[in-house]
Amino acid sequence: MLLLKDVKKSFRQPDGTALPVLDIPEFRVAAGEQMVMVGRSGCGKTTLLHIIAGIGRPDSGKVRLDDWDLTLLPEAERDRFRAERIGYVFQTFNLLAGFTALENVLVAMRFARGRPDKARARNLLNRVGLSHRITHRPAQLSVGEQQRVAVARALANKPQLLLADEPTANVDAGHQQQILDLIRETCREENVALIMVTHSNDVAVQFPRMDHLEDINHVAVGAAIG
Amino acid sequence: MSLWKVAWRSIQQRALVSLLTVISMALGVALVVAVLVVYGVVYQSFHRGGEGYDLIVGAKGGREQLVLNTVFYLSQPVGNIPYSLYEDVKEGSRFGADVETAIPVCMGHTYQGFRVVGTVPEMFTELKYRNNERYQFAKGRNFKADQPFEAVLGAAAASRTQLQIGEAVRNIAGGSHTDRAEFKVVGILAPTGTPVDHAVYVNMRGFQEIHHGAAAAEHAERADHDEGGKHDEKAKHDEHGDHDHGNEITAMLVCIYPDRANAGRTDVVARMVNDSRVAQAVVPARVIADMFEGVVGKLQWVLLGMAVVTVVEAGIGIMVSIYNSMSDRRHEIAVMRALGASRFTVMMVILMESILLALMGGAIGLLLGHGVIWACSPLIAEWTGVVVDMLQFQLMELVLIPGLVVLASAVGYLPAVAAYRTDVAKSLITTP
Ligand SMILES: Nc1ncnc2c1ncn2[C@@H]1O[C@H](COP(=O)(O)OP(=O)(O)OP(=O)(O)O)[C@@H](O)[C@H]1O
Ligand SMILES: [Mg+2]
Repeated sequence: MLLLKDVKKSFRQPDGTALPVLDIPEFRVAAGEQMVMVGRSGCGKTTLLHIIAGIGRPDSGKVRLDDWDLTLLPEAERDRFRAERIGYVFQTFNLLAGFTALENVLVAMRFARGRPDKARARNLLNRVGLSHRITHRPAQLSVGEQQRVAVARALANKPQLLLADEPTANVDAGHQQQILDLIRETCREENVALIMVTHSNDVAVQFPRMDHLEDINHVAVGAAIG
Repeated sequence: MSLWKVAWRSIQQRALVSLLTVISMALGVALVVAVLVVYGVVYQSFHRGGEGYDLIVGAKGGREQLVLNTVFYLSQPVGNIPYSLYEDVKEGSRFGADVETAIPVCMGHTYQGFRVVGTVPEMFTELKYRNNERYQFAKGRNFKADQPFEAVLGAAAASRTQLQIGEAVRNIAGGSHTDRAEFKVVGILAPTGTPVDHAVYVNMRGFQEIHHGAAAAEHAERADHDEGGKHDEKAKHDEHGDHDHGNEITAMLVCIYPDRANAGRTDVVARMVNDSRVAQAVVPARVIADMFEGVVGKLQWVLLGMAVVTVVEAGIGIMVSIYNSMSDRRHEIAVMRALGASRFTVMMVILMESILLALMGGAIGLLLGHGVIWACSPLIAEWTGVVVDMLQFQLMELVLIPGLVVLASAVGYLPAVAAYRTDVAKSLITTP
């Protein structure tokens, strides 16, 4: 379903030289597959997720989701494509501060140009155990609760692919497992493919597939530090 | 969840700054409303005065002064015209083929600040005011032609002087001379919203009688003071514009038969009077329109210009407040983009925010402006006779709402473009 081919990405550094971050000859994820991506800090995991989501563009290479080549889509269509088919749980939640938990889910539906489906939004929040918190704003929620809203929001538009960037890094071990189970269960129920980035071995071992970014990536950015 | 709501949420998030920008917009809009309404009031009160008759015939001189004097009872009395001219102009006379009515008026001094006007009872029976409305008496009756010492009060004059029916108006000739004549109040006119409300009307016969007497008395006084001098007293009197000739009036108000007026006969009568070399005839409506355009019209544009500048300034305030918040919300915009909002969508959200702020300010400003006008309406009614209603909108106000939307879009454009250009990947990583 997801296929990356010869994806290269480098960033311009403050001194003007290019910093190569990614050079991935091939990377595939099947429909409904669940996998974890591990790797050192700074090795390019977030950068890779951005490219898959179409938030960042690779310098070269192909990013295909089913029959669509994201790198060939004009920006507006890429935005729309992302809204409709890809859910994203950010490393730093990124809830919209002015909106309630429910509105955070609804706004994601709005941006996908679907009719905001209140029933589904409530249902999702219900499923992440926040039915009693739907009118709270992010600042009125605990960190774990915020993360759960972010999960509900990422699933709002019935995506084909959920990208989760260390969704459990900021919560305690008990909540970590809870959120992990929640994400995996929901993905299974809705047949959503899942790519989760994590630093936690406890998390990683639960997945049937674990990729080391250093193995699939020909650039070794993090290595220079380590 | 509509984009308007998204915009509304970000207004709420910056509640204090939003409130301040809304207030400054409201004040600007209220100012525009006030200028428009006050202009409308002044326009009406100005133009109303000259309605009800077609021509004013008075002494040669400035036409503006004649109108100010006979219509608005303002400024110093102009010179007089011979009574014989009245006889020539009135209906059925030498010039009077087209004349429906001619009413003689004599301007006197003031009584407690209200002009005393000597005239004939037909003033209130033959003449109409504003839109062909007939004068009504709130109390009492019209004065009678054969009762030289009867008086009728305009509505405002009556309420301010507190004079009642049966009481006397004294000392109307003004000055230091002895003036024992009394005019008995027999009627109080209903409010008309015209300068008529602000005058005291007396029978012209009585008026001329006392002015005759007063002039004679003054004559004597002056003669006493000018002991040694041999002044040309006649010249002195003319200079002071005193009514020392019984057979003179200040002016006459002339109505032309409507069908003949439509056929252009008004100007023909005016020309005949002007050719007579003793008087001038002016069309009050025309003079008033000219004066209004010349003085108040320009002032209105200046005031309106200033008020509009205030609104634009408030618009710039909106721009500054949104633009200043852009660095805080770059992250928020990046999140929206990452959730799938297009560049165009986030740009629209910013524009909508600007439009919402401007329209809220506009709505509050409209209410505020009309509220203030409404609160002041008793005062306005007393001063000008124009009754303003809270919901008396001026046509120009209709332009206000689309105008504000245009302004808001213009001032929102810069921050909207900043939103449009937000680099999503970069802004996502930097947490606020
Ligand atoms: N906009 C940018 N400009 C320049 N360099 C960047 C930019 N974004 C990321 N980088 C660099 O690219 C590398 C990869 O960053 P990335 O955020 O993908 O790492 P990561 O694997 O997600 O790390 P972590 O586990 O700490 O989140 C880092 O060395 C980072 O410094
Ligand atoms: Mg990362």
